[in-house]
Amino acid sequence: MSASVRNTVLSLIAEQAFLDPSEIRLDALPEELGLDSLSMVEAIFTIEEAFDISIPFDTQTAEGASNQKNIGALLAQIEALVGEKAEI
Amino acid sequence: MNRVVITGQGTINALGASAPETCKAMQEGRLGIGPLTFRDVDRLSVRIGAEVRDFDPANHFTRQEIAHFDRFTQFALLAAREAMEQSGLVVDAALAPRSGVILGTAGGGLQTQDANYRSVYQEGKNRVHPLVVPRLMHNAAAAQISIAHGLTGPSMTLSTACASSNHAMGQAFQTIRAGGAEIVLTGGVDAMLCFGGIKAWEALRVLSAEACRPFSANRNGMVQGEGAAVFVFENYVHARARGAEILAEVAGFGMSTDASDLVIPSQDGAMRAMQGALLDAGLAPEAVGYVNAHGTGTRANDRTECAAIRAVFGEHAEHLMVSSTKSMHGHVIGGTGAIELLACIMALKDGVIAPTISYDAPDPDCALDVVPNVARQARVAAVLSNAFAFGGMNAVLALRQA
Repeated sequence: MSASVRNTVLSLIAEQAFLDPSEIRLDALPEELGLDSLSMVEAIFTIEEAFDISIPFDTQTAEGASNQKNIGALLAQIEALVGEKAEI
Repeated sequence: MNRVVITGQGTINALGASAPETCKAMQEGRLGIGPLTFRDVDRLSVRIGAEVRDFDPANHFTRQEIAHFDRFTQFALLAAREAMEQSGLVVDAALAPRSGVILGTAGGGLQTQDANYRSVYQEGKNRVHPLVVPRLMHNAAAAQISIAHGLTGPSMTLSTACASSNHAMGQAFQTIRAGGAEIVLTGGVDAMLCFGGIKAWEALRVLSAEACRPFSANRNGMVQGEGAAVFVFENYVHARARGAEILAEVAGFGMSTDASDLVIPSQDGAMRAMQGALLDAGLAPEAVGYVNAHGTGTRANDRTECAAIRAVFGEHAEHLMVSSTKSMHGHVIGGTGAIELLACIMALKDGVIAPTISYDAPDPDCALDVVPNVARQARVAAVLSNAFAFGGMNAVLALRQA
């Protein structure tokens, strides 16, 4: 499951960033890929739709914390959410 | 060029069903935000808003009128009725064609759309009420006000998202100043607190699920409200000649456009709109004592707005009071500037500065005197009212004491 989740997430982020999936580094922050908070809101929406999950993603925390998460951390969060859903 | 004054005000919003009730609530720093109560609210992740509570249209309108008026039209009509009563105006045959209505709204008859789409798409009905279109159109509220008061001069509705009512009042000001009308009923209205309305905002992830805390370090988004405020803008000579009580003078109006991003605010755009209003009013920055901020409570707006205020006012920013009454009545989107103008008039006329409530902790990026939590007595001679909209369209009004 994990490989396909990973491929789907990275390709959806790549599409939002106008990049090739191979260019999405796991240690990159969204802004390093040219994704501002609104672009990330859009990317999160497409990922939520793809897996029918709800991803906590807050653009309004003091630190902008969620938006500062790198792609690898976001991917791990999404894999966990998809895993939880599969167990239900 | 004619001078333009305000001779009547009316409102209905989460803080009160009249201008005096609303001003009293602002003085007391009362919170109008609470749990939302409409259908399907349990399917939302954001469940708070500043609703007009205990509102029964049957107390104000006939059964037939209710069938014709969306909630936003009802709010606008009640606000206009109060403003006209206060102004003491009698619109005779000579004055009628010199009188109009210029309103702002972002959502128009959104609740009519929401309810009727639900009925045809979700409930599978094949018939809707014949007056759906005239109920939902954006200019329905302005049209019904013109009918109610027999105003046959220039009327229109402006829609620039969160700046709609400031653009409308600015247009009303310019119309009277240029001699296009003696009287304009102007302000704004929105009533978008319904499932579809909030669902769309929720997706943007800028709404707070707990509170509206403008300028506070722990702010985490905006909270939507609903309501209307309508004012009588009048040619000063006309108002003087009939001995009307003058609440305040509309001194100037400034507009700018960011032309950069649809939703991310621009310091430069905000700055130019405030500077434009000061220049138009012939006011030195030091003459301004209070700014009613746009102050939505989002990270980006408040930080950018404070930087813009510093840039415009320089050292005087240290002596300026800046508050966001959205902390009390919520963000009424296309009607918000109009409701906030009540606070501006109260500052000029009564010497009471409305507070920014729900304020917890200072943010170094918003280090201005934001009148935290408690209203303040202070004499101010001139004020600004800011509105910065999605779409990058900014509109700022300057008022001075009558």
